[in-house]
Amino acid sequence: MEGEVKGAEEFRPKILVFSTNNISDLGIDLAGSMHMHYPPTVYTISVPCSSGIKPSWILHAIEKGFDGVFIAADGTDCPYLEDCTDRTAKIAGKAQELLKENGYNPVRLKMAAICSVCAEPFVNHMKNFYHTLKQLGPSRKGEVKNEKI
Amino acid sequence: MSKRKIGVYICHCGGNISDYVDVEKVRQAIEKEEDVVVAKTTMFACSDAAQQEMMDDIQQKGLDAIVIASCSPKLHLFTFRSMAQRAGLNPYQYVQVNLREQDSWAHTDDIEGATEKAIRLVRAGIAKARVSKPLEPIRVETEKKALIVGGGISGLRAAISLADMGIYVFLLEKEKELGGWVKNFSSMYPHNRSGREIIQKLVEEAKKRERITIFTEAELIEKGGVLGNFQVKIRTKGEEINLEVGSIIIATGFEEYRPSEGEFGFGLPGVVTLSQFKKMVENSQGELRFNGKKVNTVAYIYCVGSRQREGNTYCSRYCCNATLHTAILASRLSPSIRQFHLYRDIRTYGKNELLYEEASKLGSVFLKWSEDQPPEVSSQNGHLRVRVKDLLTDGEEVEIDTDLVVLVTGMVPRDNQALTEVLKLPIGRDGFYNEIHPKLRPVETVIDGVYIAGASQGPKNSYEAVASSLAAASKVATLVLKGFAELEPQVATVDPEKCEWCGLCLEACPYNAFEKVKHGDKEVAKVVEALCKGCGGCVPACPVDAIDVKGYEDATIKSMIEELLAGGEG
Ligand SMILES: Cc1cc2nc3c(=O)[nH]c(=O)nc-3n(C[C@H](O)[C@H](O)[C@H](O)COP(=O)(O)OP(=O)(O)OC[C@H]3O[C@@H](n4cnc5c(N)ncnc54)[C@H](O)[C@@H]3O)c2cc1C
Ligand code: SF4
Ligand code: SF4
Repeated sequence: MEGEVKGAEEFRPKILVFSTNNISDLGIDLAGSMHMHYPPTVYTISVPCSSGIKPSWILHAIEKGFDGVFIAADGTDCPYLEDCTDRTAKIAGKAQELLKENGYNPVRLKMAAICSVCAEPFVNHMKNFYHTLKQLGPSRKGEVKNEKI
Repeated sequence: MSKRKIGVYICHCGGNISDYVDVEKVRQAIEKEEDVVVAKTTMFACSDAAQQEMMDDIQQKGLDAIVIASCSPKLHLFTFRSMAQRAGLNPYQYVQVNLREQDSWAHTDDIEGATEKAIRLVRAGIAKARVSKPLEPIRVETEKKALIVGGGISGLRAAISLADMGIYVFLLEKEKELGGWVKNFSSMYPHNRSGREIIQKLVEEAKKRERITIFTEAELIEKGGVLGNFQVKIRTKGEEINLEVGSIIIATGFEEYRPSEGEFGFGLPGVVTLSQFKKMVENSQGELRFNGKKVNTVAYIYCVGSRQREGNTYCSRYCCNATLHTAILASRLSPSIRQFHLYRDIRTYGKNELLYEEASKLGSVFLKWSEDQPPEVSSQNGHLRVRVKDLLTDGEEVEIDTDLVVLVTGMVPRDNQALTEVLKLPIGRDGFYNEIHPKLRPVETVIDGVYIAGASQGPKNSYEAVASSLAAASKVATLVLKGFAELEPQVATVDPEKCEWCGLCLEACPYNAFEKVKHGDKEVAKVVEALCKGCGGCVPACPVDAIDVKGYEDATIKSMIEELLAGGEG
């Protein structure tokens, strides 16, 4: 991976991806099937639908040591919920609030709809997000001011 | 949590995984994990021999959960679930970890990185297995009754078939008369039988059967309940009737495409649709006449309202066949008639090729046009003229003076908005009702217990419509005759201790899967399991974190997150 080496060990951001069983997981699988490369520090947990992700899981991931969380949303292809896009966006909004309240930079959460054949968009998102996180450095509590009054 | 006995199997996948992931290193890294009692690598986890070895381990070592780290769960989730079941392990205590599509294949450039990722993914899988609980399919009782909406040939055939299997049927037809389109035809391909007589016979047969109740001038206005036990309300001739049924078949058919004014001359006298022309031919005594005048020439324009670049992109399937069949009838009525077929492709598939042959023998002439240069229809002093560039003669401009222009109109979905809303039926890109999978599950919909049959699902001729309606009938029969059905158990649950009945989950769930129940002194939400899809849309809506989807519980996800981060490089 490109990027500057800090001290002895290079910083390799860890990204947690929430994907969905029926839609975005297929897009991510396809990226692998096509041997498209993205950083191996990207890990996926699949859930039934992106509208079922709890904001507290995202905070948990960052607190425990992930540097970024990416929601690979179902978007308009969701087989369950017509308004899935809005719902997932709301969850992402809440999670960003939660990150801020706990002293983490909200840009550590990113969301985009990944369709079942969206291999290339997924890989591009991962590379860009990785790059952003690399510039941001490892996640640490207090990196932004606690905005809770 | 008491001690678990977990078996972990890491697959080489021939070399698909092991060429880029050091599987032995992964095995060693997780072998000492808590609760892991078996840790093996295997050349092909899906092979019979490997599955047998796992089954032996499950039985001999008393495993109570297994993790298989191999390919994508899209491939073999059900293979391994059924293996677990055969070995006596609950299928929901098997966890699949994707080391191929989401690891080895995505990181062929970084063996070290891919191996470390594999170790972490397997650890997360072990965490999931550790908290996994046995789940039993949700069992619902099923009524041996079915509702069929639409009394065309599809609905009638399904009704008779269900009744003969011992199922009570309510057959709903919106019009005064049963029979749909077919009741109006006097001669049909491929058998030259009269549609009217076919329908008469079917109606007779249906009326003979005590198990069939027919409602005409009837509509479905409400649906509640779940698969196996739907409560429906119908309105017929000013009366409202409540019925209980186990399953529903939708057989509401199609409508003919209606050309817009001016489309291929539509609106000009003598420019008619296929169904209008067919009626003319069928009603004609002796030679074919139009407005009292003998018809000497007919020009057909094919694919009107079908295979459009935008709009109806599909082929309507029946129209090439029905047109040629009608042309043959016209030739028989008026042997000297001249018929010109202006087509894009002739799709008389299967044995309907014989129609093409016979029409040609009887004098029909074929001209082929390209989508970019459609035929033009004009009228001078009441005389119709069609102009076309014929690809078969290398683009020759041909002018045909004709008495009739027949627009070979395709099928379009019926406007059935009220019904669609009552049942929340899914609609496909073509506007017809949508199946789950066109090849694998062609009559099933995402609404459990509701099936689609005949031309309501997409263009079909009558025997294809009947084949699909019999498929739907057999689906209904397998569902209701058993007396019960089994549903996917990974659904939502509410912790009644935490719930404070705020009703927010109810609002969040589009499937109405919540009910209010008593829990001690308080009222709480409870999931109606047979209605729940397990999407989890309600989970983030609960302000007190009382809802979990089974298999994706708060504790499961959090421990997976922790395990993805735990330890060093293995
Ligand atoms: C001009 C023409 C010629 C054809 N010729 C042939 C041929 O020769 N051979 C052949 O095999 N096929 C032919 N077909 C195709 C054939 O008509 C269809 O395959 C067949 O009608 C499909 O049957 P169905 O029962 O699915 O739909 P339909 O015949 O459309 O019947 C649907 C029924 O459902 C009822 N309905 C609709 N909505 C509701 C509602 N909300 N509530 C209650 N009831 C409702 C309708 O009133 C109708 O009675 C031809 C079609 C056309 C247009
Ligand atoms: S949202 Fe939570 S607290 Fe409110 S009713 Fe539903 S389960 Fe109970
Ligand atoms: S998981 Fe989905 S279907 Fe089930 S209760 Fe929650 S919102 Fe409704």
